Amino acid sequence: MKREDPIALRDITLAYDSLLVLKDVNFQVKRGDIFVIMGGSGSGKSSLMKAMTGLLPPVRGQVFYEGVDFWEAGPATRDAILHKVGVLYQRGALWSSMTLAENIALPLEEFTGLGAEEIRDLVNFKLSLVGLSGFEDAYPAEISGGMIKRAALARAMALDPGILFFDEPSAGLDPVSARLLDELILELKQNLHTTIIVISHDLESIFTIADTAILLDSEERTVIASGKPEDLLRNSEDSRVQKFLTRVQTVFPET
Amino acid sequence: MKAKGYETDGAEPGFVLLDRLGSDRLLARMTGVWKIGVRLPRPENVLKQAEPFPSAGHLSFETSGITSWDTSLVTFLSSFLDRCAMLGIQADTAGLPPGVQRLLQLAGAFRSGHEGEKVHEKVTFLERTGGKALGFFQALFAFLLFVGGAVVALGRLLSFHARFRFSDFMAVLQESGPNALPIIFLISALVGIILAFVGAVQLRMFNAEIYIADVVGISMAREMGPMMTAIVMMGRTGASFAAQLGAMETNEEIDALRTLGIDPMEFLVLPRMIALIIMIPLLTLYSDVIGILSGALTGIGMFGIPASQYYEETKVFLTLNQFGIGLAKSVFFGSIIAASGCFYGMRCGRSASAVGDATTRSVVSGIVFIIVADGTFAVITSVLGI
Repeated sequence: MKREDPIALRDITLAYDSLLVLKDVNFQVKRGDIFVIMGGSGSGKSSLMKAMTGLLPPVRGQVFYEGVDFWEAGPATRDAILHKVGVLYQRGALWSSMTLAENIALPLEEFTGLGAEEIRDLVNFKLSLVGLSGFEDAYPAEISGGMIKRAALARAMALDPGILFFDEPSAGLDPVSARLLDELILELKQNLHTTIIVISHDLESIFTIADTAILLDSEERTVIASGKPEDLLRNSEDSRVQKFLTRVQTVFPET
Repeated sequence: MKAKGYETDGAEPGFVLLDRLGSDRLLARMTGVWKIGVRLPRPENVLKQAEPFPSAGHLSFETSGITSWDTSLVTFLSSFLDRCAMLGIQADTAGLPPGVQRLLQLAGAFRSGHEGEKVHEKVTFLERTGGKALGFFQALFAFLLFVGGAVVALGRLLSFHARFRFSDFMAVLQESGPNALPIIFLISALVGIILAFVGAVQLRMFNAEIYIADVVGISMAREMGPMMTAIVMMGRTGASFAAQLGAMETNEEIDALRTLGIDPMEFLVLPRMIALIIMIPLLTLYSDVIGILSGALTGIGMFGIPASQYYEETKVFLTLNQFGIGLAKSVFFGSIIAASGCFYGMRCGRSASAVGDATTRSVVSGIVFIIVADGTFAVITSVLGI
């Protein structure tokens, strides 16, 4: 682990009560990379994201942000780290009692000393980045699922975080909206040099965006492969990796 | 024989005839309609035809007589084959229709794949009782943590460190105050009338109707005003707190706040608790006044007590002390309502039914705690002689 790595995990073990979810997960993410956490349902992808975003304390192991142990740090340090992190939740998780503009403005109002006018300009800019200008005063219930995700991305980017987490960005979206989101992710990487961590099982998206990927396995409860998806597909001899990346695995047994 | 309510187009319902071919070979001849709704044979009864069983027999199928089938055939065969396997009979499914063979294979694959997860351990009575007791103490501990968290958040608010949105606070204030006036009016007016009636029927026997004024005044101010307001507000506002916060939890909105470093305790719980604790005494006072007035109207209008006498009687016996006790209680009730609503909302699970559960639990435990608190107050005030 290098000190300058924006995020690194060492021996992370996660459990809900006595139910073990993941054990001994190790990886580090390079600055400006798109890092994809792959795995089938129930392999612990979302729990891993919770451990990295301060929602689920690990039973063992450390999460380092630029060398700082997140779970050992005091509340003030943790808050400071979290302000440099943006999260796009699976279903957007926009605050339903606020308009889109208010949703994006809230982090800015709370954590910057900006005036109302500057905040409004920033909000409008972020909304136009995700193609939602003109929807400032809409409530989350009034717009479509794809728009909710894009608005949530605008909120996740509100404070211009150095690290962005995406929890299954293409889940629940039609193929066109899903590809649009992939393109947005690539644009963010190229133009804002944001480090991006994506949880996904959408192969098309994984091959399009990933610089590095890890595969979690629900039986082993840990990382069973890591590398660039194309390399994994070409070189890995692990049948589980091949099955995941080629999707030949069917739930029905062959006759 | 036809099953009621199902048309087999005149064809015979499903039937199995077990033939013995030699000493250890069985042939199952299957005929008729095998569809849901048709009365079909039971696997265990079919096997009885072949008793006594050959020790290590073979079974094959002959199914050309089946006119139509659906999954009821597959279900029958699945259970039938299980029984055969238990008896040590080897079944050859080649004689079954190809679709049936495939479906049996799929069902078998899923069953074997998931059996490991469904291990039902037998839980003894003592374990269940212990589990419930531990669950109760865990919930109590979680509630104490919640109350502690709320107090810490209040401390941060008082030292101007809390993230507290004034606009949210005002919205909750409006919702839990003025918007509740009509229902409080209705309930309090009815309670005042009922008190006057019940009191009057008894007091009339002693020719003492004038004391209706005392009955109505004191019971409204001390007991019924605070209690009815609290129960209405628990069902109205406490339940809505639980449902709002529960839906936010379900929708990951609370996670989104936490990862921004915003404490939901300060941001969501505190405005609700403070607004309700401010509003409840005011609503209680309103309820007292409405109840006393409606009781007075009943006494004066229906039992012929002169208005001036009623007024004098009320003025003498209904001291400010009585109101004070009622209002002090209402502050406690308000805290219970807000804490119970917010606590269960924040602990809500991640499903649609979880929101309903959270709401129900908050209302039930809120009302129980309100009544327990009222009882405690009754003991304290009687010991203190006030």
